[in-house]
Amino acid sequence: MEKGSYEVKVGLAEMLKGGVIMDVTNAEQAKIAEDNGAVAVMALERIPSDIREMGGVARMTDPQKILEIQKTVSIPVMAKCRIGHFVEAQILEQMRVDFIDESEVLTPADEANHINKHTFKSPFVCGCRNLGEALRRIGEGAAMIRTKGEAGTGNVVEAVRHMRQVIGAIRYLTVMSEDELMATAKEMGAPYYWVKKTAELGRLPVPNFAAGGVATPADAALMMQLGAESVFVGSGIFKSSEPAKQAHAIVQAVTHYKDPEVLLNVSTGLGEPMVGLEMSELGEEDRLQERGW
Amino acid sequence: MKQRKIGILAMQGDFAKHEAMLKSLGVKTILVKQIHNLQGCDGLIIPGGESTTLTKLIRNYGLHEPLRKFAKRHPIMGTCAGLILVADHVDDERVEPLRLIDITALRNAYGTQIDSFITQVDMQFLKDSQPFRAVFIRAPQIQVVGDNVDVLVTLKGQPVMVRNKKILALAFHPELTDDTRIHRYFLEQF
Repeated sequence: MEKGSYEVKVGLAEMLKGGVIMDVTNAEQAKIAEDNGAVAVMALERIPSDIREMGGVARMTDPQKILEIQKTVSIPVMAKCRIGHFVEAQILEQMRVDFIDESEVLTPADEANHINKHTFKSPFVCGCRNLGEALRRIGEGAAMIRTKGEAGTGNVVEAVRHMRQVIGAIRYLTVMSEDELMATAKEMGAPYYWVKKTAELGRLPVPNFAAGGVATPADAALMMQLGAESVFVGSGIFKSSEPAKQAHAIVQAVTHYKDPEVLLNVSTGLGEPMVGLEMSELGEEDRLQERGW
Repeated sequence: MKQRKIGILAMQGDFAKHEAMLKSLGVKTILVKQIHNLQGCDGLIIPGGESTTLTKLIRNYGLHEPLRKFAKRHPIMGTCAGLILVADHVDDERVEPLRLIDITALRNAYGTQIDSFITQVDMQFLKDSQPFRAVFIRAPQIQVVGDNVDVLVTLKGQPVMVRNKKILALAFHPELTDDTRIHRYFLEQF
């Protein structure tokens, strides 16, 4: 019997496609997420917009809090560890969380290395800004890739940039001759094996999700139309005036992402979405997407 | 079943994997997101995914009764979450099953993702000695089997693939492998 293999890890990512993964900070929010159709929840101490506001070192969530959420919902529970902090990841695996997010939203613990994710039985998701970064994470064993976007801003522009970069670069790979792939791998700083594989497949070798700044049903559908296979929503739900309504609407928007009639219906009368942050108001040093190597 | 069109419930989950497998067998497919998509389908696959999410989406778009009606005339195959949805009973009130086959589904019966596994199951029901590489992801178990339900595949004595006249339900994911035998069985024997 085979457990914790790459195929088993990617298998769960496949099951989460066409769904919405919601950030929650307590059991009550987790229940709202599940009741409104989330495919999974991300258990957090604080949602990204609050992490941004509070400053300081952001670490793995207290296991007590994760446990409380695991006891409340039947859908998969994910949790974040710091980039390179393999001991936080060991603790999360010990807690049997369903997916570990090695996340730039938390303060990095290693300035050069990400976690060697092959040594874990739990699957990992990692953020990326471009294809080279995505393939480096896959090389380290990530079973799911998401765009980094810019978490906690409620501004989808960075997620769009990252998704377009990934999809555009894949398109570029598919028309290259095999002779050119090694030089491209060198240029992208990505493992040759995965560059070649991606060129053959014409898509990422693992599911490709969107995250970082998705705040409305229209944002979620935009990411899906750009090529995302599922959407993470962080602050967008529990920072809006009516979280349950917003959650419900975003779930519908992801399923019916190409149907303007449904999108119109679900976008109507939702109350106030979260307050967004214009990127120019955000200094280089405050951009979470710059974390990770 | 050569010229038939098979619908795939495409609200959430790995429906694209089923679509790819059917296409590799030369079968025409329709992605079903709304009631009207069921027109013209001669059979349906309910894929893996989250059964709570699928319950909500089926309810929101009024698909519950149309799917039950569809099942009276056409075959349905359910894999994993699909098995939970076609069951008569589920051990979790968060899921509203379609009640199409006399089994009780136990959700996440093997544990969390860390307990997900791949194993060989035997294909004796096809009189085929070649085992099947079965992928179980946060899989359900089948607890009660009624009189008019045939057990096709077992794992350690537990049923993991069952059928009645119109419904084929399995706890694992043939769509995540390259092995087309179970999809072909559904196409040929239903």
